[in-house]
Amino acid sequence: MNGADTAFVLISAALVMLMTPGLAFFYGGMVRVKSALNMLMMSFIALGIVSVLYILFGYSLSFGADSGGIIGSLEFVGLRGIDADTLTGGDEGIPVFAFVLFQMMFAVITPALMSGALADRVKFSAWAVFITIWVSVVYFPVAHWVWAEGGWLFDMGVIDFAGGTAVHINAGVGALAAVLVVGKRIGFKKEPMRPHSLPLVLLGAALLWFGWFGFNAGSALAADGTAANMALNTQVATATAVLGWLLYERVKHGAFTTLGAASGAIAGLVAITPAGAAVNALGAIAIGLVAGLVCSWAVSWKFKLNYDDSLDVVGVHLVGGLIGTLMVGFLATEGGGLAQFGKQALGAFSVMAFTFVVTWLLAKLVDVTMGLRADEDDEVAGVDQAFHAETAYDFSQVGTSSARGAVAPTDTTTDAPEGKTEGKKVDA
Amino acid sequence: MKLITAVIKPHRLDEVKDALQAFGVHGLTVTEASGYGRQRGHTEVYRGAEYTVDLVPKIRIEVLVEDDDTDQLIEVIVKASRTGKIGDGKVWSVPVDQAVRVRTGERGPDAL
Repeated sequence: MNGADTAFVLISAALVMLMTPGLAFFYGGMVRVKSALNMLMMSFIALGIVSVLYILFGYSLSFGADSGGIIGSLEFVGLRGIDADTLTGGDEGIPVFAFVLFQMMFAVITPALMSGALADRVKFSAWAVFITIWVSVVYFPVAHWVWAEGGWLFDMGVIDFAGGTAVHINAGVGALAAVLVVGKRIGFKKEPMRPHSLPLVLLGAALLWFGWFGFNAGSALAADGTAANMALNTQVATATAVLGWLLYERVKHGAFTTLGAASGAIAGLVAITPAGAAVNALGAIAIGLVAGLVCSWAVSWKFKLNYDDSLDVVGVHLVGGLIGTLMVGFLATEGGGLAQFGKQALGAFSVMAFTFVVTWLLAKLVDVTMGLRADEDDEVAGVDQAFHAETAYDFSQVGTSSARGAVAPTDTTTDAPEGKTEGKKVDA
Repeated sequence: MKLITAVIKPHRLDEVKDALQAFGVHGLTVTEASGYGRQRGHTEVYRGAEYTVDLVPKIRIEVLVEDDDTDQLIEVIVKASRTGKIGDGKVWSVPVDQAVRVRTGERGPDAL
């Protein structure tokens, strides 16, 4: 066993874990006060659900023995046959447990990324069911295609070092499909929907940036020069994308915004994710600059094309992921050129087509069976109260009475009918 | 008795409070308010989406005063809250029928 590599991967796994709460803050600050908690919870619940699924069958479907290039076998269901001494790749490998933990964090954050597109208007229970099925039928197979030996994109030689295709393009296009099923927020393009806390957004972006070193460099699965190159390029591309986004905003809208700086950072991080190990630092600067400039423009598409991708998952993750995935085709220091570009494009568009169709069908299925969209009343009043029986901020003590439940917990579930008024009875 | 209401720029509150204290006013009520006059609002940009924010933050001060002091007190408030720039706010007074000090039950000017 290689102790240094093992330590590095375990620490990287913890760093990637922090990205999901970071994402929750990044998104949570961008929504209005009335649904801030729901936005946080849509990400946080993925830590609960997907971690368990990953042990049960996620790891096996992603990295079990290949079946037709499409999906892994069920040989590792419940991590069967793996113990603390099982190593990846020979005597100098790392424990498979470390690899499982690291990959688990990727599976957790990918569905959470989609939540930003669906802000303010999705039933929480339906979201939980949706991501449970989504990771099972979309994420685990796509992760297999891209990263597992025998996966058809892996075998073709598509470069996706840390998840530009499997994570960001995948989540971005999934978000788009889900938005088309769920529809626009009430008041989209009419009411102002200002972010309620930009400091929270910047805090989230900072946590993501920090955790992303684990996400990107950790994907080397070794404490080596590749990891160092990736870490360096992660920093440089992200920095450049911040500058690119701010430049575009200053020219187009007249101000350097905090939200722009935070968004630019995420765009840069997304774009360098597939590419960072295959380019040098100057290539990283080019990728970061393009990501900052193009993504800051891409977030305006939703107003023209009239789809309510609320927090710009398409504009940042899909577009940023495509930029990194396609640019590395040309910029790769080894083997870059038209042939590689063709492979990159084929990989990206295959995932887009597959994920769009399956996600659309899944969202439709959940919508028809249990209802994916929140009730209009709940949406207008704010889904925090409807689904979580909480308020994010205690702005005013006035009007809060201790009539029920403040002295001792009362059982509030017995009289709450399923579905329509989920959770509402608590404060009724 | 009169009720003087002043809607002013938030950062002038301390000056107005000090000036009223110097005049001998012992109590006042302050609330955070929002609104606009000729100043109107401003524009904010979030990822390119521009929002016109019509209502700007203001402070509303309310003081109960005796009739004879009214004009002079209005002058005091106006002087203390003026910056000379647009958006300085407004001050007005209205007649008050009755006032009661809750603790003692005193009525009228004695309650002030």
